[in-house]
Amino acid sequence: MSGFDTTVHLIYLACATCFVLGLHLMNTPRTARRGNQVSAAGMAVAVLVTVVVLIDDGRIAAGAVIALAAGAATGGVAGLITARRVRMTAMPQLVSLFNAVGGGAAALIALGDAMAHSADLATLPPQTTITTVLDLIIGAVTLSGSLVASGKLAGLIPGRPLVVPGGRWIALLLTLVSAGLAGLYLTHHGGAGVLGGVAAAALAVGVLLTLPIGGADMPVVISLLNACTGTAVAMAGFILDSGPLIIAGALVGAAGAILTQLMATAMNRSIGAILAGGYGTGDEAVAIPGGTAGAAVREISAEDAALQLAYAHRVVVVPGYGLAAAQAQHEVVALARALKERGVDVSYGIHPVAGRMPGHMNVLLAEADAPYEQLRDLDEINPEFPGTDIVLVVGANDVTNPAARRPGNPVSGMPILDVDKARSVIVIKRSLGHGYAGIDNELYTLPGTSMLFADAKKGLGALLAGLREYAS
Amino acid sequence: MSVLLMADITVFVLSVLVGFEVISKVPATLHTPLMSGANAIHGIVFVGVMLLAATAASVLGYVVVFVAAAFAAMNVTGGYVVTDRMLTMFRTGRQVRS
Repeated sequence: MSGFDTTVHLIYLACATCFVLGLHLMNTPRTARRGNQVSAAGMAVAVLVTVVVLIDDGRIAAGAVIALAAGAATGGVAGLITARRVRMTAMPQLVSLFNAVGGGAAALIALGDAMAHSADLATLPPQTTITTVLDLIIGAVTLSGSLVASGKLAGLIPGRPLVVPGGRWIALLLTLVSAGLAGLYLTHHGGAGVLGGVAAAALAVGVLLTLPIGGADMPVVISLLNACTGTAVAMAGFILDSGPLIIAGALVGAAGAILTQLMATAMNRSIGAILAGGYGTGDEAVAIPGGTAGAAVREISAEDAALQLAYAHRVVVVPGYGLAAAQAQHEVVALARALKERGVDVSYGIHPVAGRMPGHMNVLLAEADAPYEQLRDLDEINPEFPGTDIVLVVGANDVTNPAARRPGNPVSGMPILDVDKARSVIVIKRSLGHGYAGIDNELYTLPGTSMLFADAKKGLGALLAGLREYAS
Repeated sequence: MSVLLMADITVFVLSVLVGFEVISKVPATLHTPLMSGANAIHGIVFVGVMLLAATAASVLGYVVVFVAAAFAAMNVTGGYVVTDRMLTMFRTGRQVRS
């Protein structure tokens, strides 16, 4: 190894250290931003060093330089503009989109490398050909799967599970076709053309796998696809024998795997069941044994609710998907601030799957300037409900259903916020419609619960207006 | 199996373990920026595209490089910028408190 190679190698190692350090600094909100900057700095250095390596190497064709520069400029500008303009509520689909293009780039590396070696394909060692096939399949599935997921989150594709007739069988057949073609390539019976077939089949499989998955399961799917991209990038690292790609890919793969597991646990769903899809059609009622279906609910006017809130000592706000969908984060924080000014002790109880991706609700509330120490997670807030006067549930459903503590229904065993243990509950919700589990929420018919039927944004606005009018 | 490959596999496995260790300490509050930040880190694929460009030698090869570079550049720049935007908001929240 020459001095130049050693230096390059050590710098790449330093970059990889920056990625690990950056992720490590993300463990508190105070240092998280610096963590991301450390990580970005490592990335910039890695790219610059690679430029030096390419210049030193001197083999790169002029056409390739132009293609690279033009591509980098196009993608860079597109990424910058979308990242600057995106609304915080649209974050899940953007992360999914960035994930898709990352997977696509990894898949293209496999394809491009095979094309570059088309003359000496037979001499390629198995560790290159096997990782090429893996990179291509994982990358292509991630590309199309993430695009579908992003489309569903953005509402471009219906969020309900779309079941293609015989879709499972077509996906299985395509997987076999893809594996067969991959086998041809691995046994040196075909080149880049065969790999193109593998990629096409894998792209179709990605679409068929994601379409039947319901919108509620998307936090898990995004995490899983993120893990897939990481793995694909690590495989690309094996193909190119590039250390930084292997390390960064493995880190991201691990991150995605952990988040997938956490999300699946928080939603009380197994990863296998989520991938099987068809969950969350959400319209038909399921009778719960021992449930209170048919019992009457108590309605409350915004004025009465505002008055109750104004004279409470302790209020916990439980924001859910409905709040994210209505983009009512600013309204809820304004209401909490107004209550706080009256001396009411206000905090937010945040379920891990509130919002549409892991931790999404925290970002929305942070955007609206909710003080960080008022945001409490499930384990922190649950012991405090018995001492709470009023819980204000805004657009959250299944995560507050006390039926989860009993066995034998779709939400059994799901970790929930114990809002029914508070003295009273006010629920802002558009209708008595079901959540993604498709069952009645027993909370709504409890004696201490009153319903304020309104869109999250309008309901919170009415509460704030009522508070100012009656209690000033 | 070559020594080089063995070293690569070792690095891969150890990195996965480091990833598990580091990520499991991140609180749920920061899971969205974490995922977005991790997303940006796999933008390292851009370095891979650069290495690929060094071996491209046909028009089709250049097209692949162009598309891959666009994808990877979008991933890496967008990922870091959007994560930074999110984390700035978290910082504002902290200042309001103090």
